Amino acid sequence: MDWLTTVDHKKIGILYLIAGGFFFLIGGLEALLIRWQLMGPEKDVVSAETFNSLLTMHGTTMIFLAAMPVIFALMNAIVPLQIGARDVAYPFVNAIGFWTFFFGGLLLNVAWIVGDVPAAGWTAYFPLAGPDFSGGKSMDFYAIGLQIAGIGTLVGGINFLVTIINMRAPGMSFMRMPMFTWSAFITSALILFAFPALAVGLVTMSFDRMFSGNFFVAANGGTGVLWEHIFWIFGHPEVYILILPAFGIISEVISTFSRKRLFGYSSMVFATALIGFLGFMVWAHHMFTTGLGPVANSLFSIATMLIAVPTGIKIFNWIFTMWGGQIRFTAANLFAIGFIPTFVMGGVTGVMLAAAPADFQYHDSYFVVAHFHYVIVGGLVLGLFSGVHYWWPKMFGVGLNEMLGKLTFWTFFIGFHLTFFVQHFLGLMGMPRRVFTYLEGLGWDTLNLVSSIGAFAMGVGTIIFIINIVYSLSQPRTAKGDHWEDGRTLEWSIPSPAPEYNFAQTPLVRGYDAFWKEKMAGNAEMTPAEPIGPIHMPSPSILPFFMSLGLFIAGFGFMYAENEFMNAALANLFSSYVVAGVGLLITFGSMFLRSVYDDAGFHIEEDEINKDRGIKA
Amino acid sequence: MSSHDHHANGVLPHDPEKATLEGRNKILGFWLFLGGETVLFGTLFSAFLALRHNVADGKTAQQLFELPLIALATFLLLTSSMTSVLAIQAMHRQKVKEMAIWLGITVLFGACFLGLEIYEFYHYVHEGHKFSTSAFSTSFYSLVGFHGAHVAFGICWITLLIAQLFRKGLTVVTAPKIYVASLYWHFIDVVWVFIFTVVYLMGKVG
Ligand code: HEM
Ligand SMILES: [Cu+2]
Repeated sequence: MDWLTTVDHKKIGILYLIAGGFFFLIGGLEALLIRWQLMGPEKDVVSAETFNSLLTMHGTTMIFLAAMPVIFALMNAIVPLQIGARDVAYPFVNAIGFWTFFFGGLLLNVAWIVGDVPAAGWTAYFPLAGPDFSGGKSMDFYAIGLQIAGIGTLVGGINFLVTIINMRAPGMSFMRMPMFTWSAFITSALILFAFPALAVGLVTMSFDRMFSGNFFVAANGGTGVLWEHIFWIFGHPEVYILILPAFGIISEVISTFSRKRLFGYSSMVFATALIGFLGFMVWAHHMFTTGLGPVANSLFSIATMLIAVPTGIKIFNWIFTMWGGQIRFTAANLFAIGFIPTFVMGGVTGVMLAAAPADFQYHDSYFVVAHFHYVIVGGLVLGLFSGVHYWWPKMFGVGLNEMLGKLTFWTFFIGFHLTFFVQHFLGLMGMPRRVFTYLEGLGWDTLNLVSSIGAFAMGVGTIIFIINIVYSLSQPRTAKGDHWEDGRTLEWSIPSPAPEYNFAQTPLVRGYDAFWKEKMAGNAEMTPAEPIGPIHMPSPSILPFFMSLGLFIAGFGFMYAENEFMNAALANLFSSYVVAGVGLLITFGSMFLRSVYDDAGFHIEEDEINKDRGIKA
Repeated sequence: MSSHDHHANGVLPHDPEKATLEGRNKILGFWLFLGGETVLFGTLFSAFLALRHNVADGKTAQQLFELPLIALATFLLLTSSMTSVLAIQAMHRQKVKEMAIWLGITVLFGACFLGLEIYEFYHYVHEGHKFSTSAFSTSFYSLVGFHGAHVAFGICWITLLIAQLFRKGLTVVTAPKIYVASLYWHFIDVVWVFIFTVVYLMGKVG
């Protein structure tokens, strides 16, 4: 019950971690099935139709339901602590963000149970995603599931922007903010400007599918290329939404475990902002082959290649941070160090793809698959593993086992390169993307086998990670506040896990790497900026859960409104929009309740805070 | 936090909407939200601009639109923006009744605007300009309809706020809500100015 009503950002972070991890496993299983099917020529592990579904659901799940939520998990758990805040700006809205993501993801995956699964690819191009080629409800699950989940992402983004702008502790100027907070800030800004475009895309998709709209129906004047523009003006920034937090994590981990200040901090901030900006300028590099013409293709080519400049700055800064540092090879740091060359490789193939004439060759081949996995898995997923190992003690009060952590790293890292490195060559040899099988004798057999073996190795790495989690949670929760002893930022200055109110006294920040600065000055704790006193907290609430549940029900209602049912009662319920109405009523009713009853919250009193700190009142 | 600083002594500060951190958060967050809404409408505008000549077998914009009606709707909506400004000014003078009256008028004008729009749509459908007629019609109804839905939401929202004003009075909790709602109302107004220009004027010109 506690977990259904919580508005504590640290608990919401844990919820995001659990749910995102769960979807990561589902997406991983889908990937393994795909790789099993492609392990050898002309296999029939799954049918061609199922293969399309697996591919679509794998891509969609991994991006929206695994990667994004785990990013949100770390942002929730850490960002307020890093800026010395007691809370996020909107604790209640934060809970709504989680529950809409969760129910949206659930709705999407109910498609498997209903047996009418999206199969038009995660990019959902038209006319493939239209009613003619994707009949039944399949892509409706995609459109409505992502629509609901998207609300959660958007409000989450706004929440972090306001939190970071308005709630920093005294002295925490923008140019003293830790890199992870900076990356959360820029990522949130990208979310704010990218997700509404996705929302419109999904609405237009639904209108075409459910109400015979013509946005993308060529016969009535629509055009599928419009969908590609809308999708990618969201989709390209989305990949930066994914990678920037990883950059932030790597910066924190590398500097902590090198016992050195991050090299070139201000150029890192500048590079992050520049990448964020350029992220919006390059969407059409996904559309070189649609016939935009040479001028547009050249411009988008050049704009894309420009992104290599700020990214290169970052890479060099990380290397210079390690240079001459006292490096500790913890599991978290292994993931961070492994990230650097892996991500560089993904970046190199990215620049190759950015050359429009060359892209005419690579387009829709396995080369593309290799490229984006090098950046998403080799970049983001390694980054997330690093962050999770690094902040686990802060989140749960107990560290992960280092031995198992290193084992996870090596199996996953080697498995990853086995899987995706050879895919570059498969692509160059002509193997198309999204193909469900291939003939013998094309010279693709061995490389596909290697790729599949690698995928299973990654699976093993993931299992070791799960074992590590179970093991760690069975241990006593005795982690120290400054678990790694080299902690530099504010989150390490308070107990692990952080108390409900984060900071007993708001800290006074006196420089970049605030906690490290105090330690160097010989202080064991931060200097407080205020006397100890009662702390105001928001009350827990079940309404966010119900608001999202309502949307979930309404989504179903709308999807099945036009259906033929065997059962007359069911038919009446759905076709007269009763189900949809009930869903919306739950949502709007909860919103109404929220607006009528103001949340006065409660106070945590002084003596209780002192008790937490081991001081007798 | 600072939520108790002020109303303890019963005196409302000069800018009640910005008196608490919660209030300031709400206002900043709402500005950001409007940034997102700008992208939302921007995308719909782009889709409309890309498709507005693709009428298939249906009617064109020139054949359909009747500017006098649209001009009247525009006048009503722009005026309602002004009355919402008057409401905020009344708030700063702490004249709660006056404020409620101006908000009421705002809602009323918004409702008239919405009525005209519904009539307009009804009329077009009878002319054979259905949602599913052409890419033009689909993108037209989507863009203008989205705006209309925003107006409808605004009407419900402000009505609810007026009710709250009567129940709870003007406090540091209600003030930011009303301030934010007026921002929203101006925003839909600005969007309408663009719709008026891009959809109707450009449509009439061809
Ligand atoms: C965990 C190990 C993973 C394996 C073994 C794996 C494997 C695959 C395979 C075999 C494909 C199909 C390629 C094709 O034939 O077109 C694919 C597609 C894809 N994967 Fe992964 N993947 C993994 C992780 C991820 C992650 C973590 C993400 C994102 C965060 C991701 C995002 C995608 C996307 C977006 C597609 C494209 C789907 C499409 O073509 O529409 N994958 N993956
Ligand atoms: Cu891109």
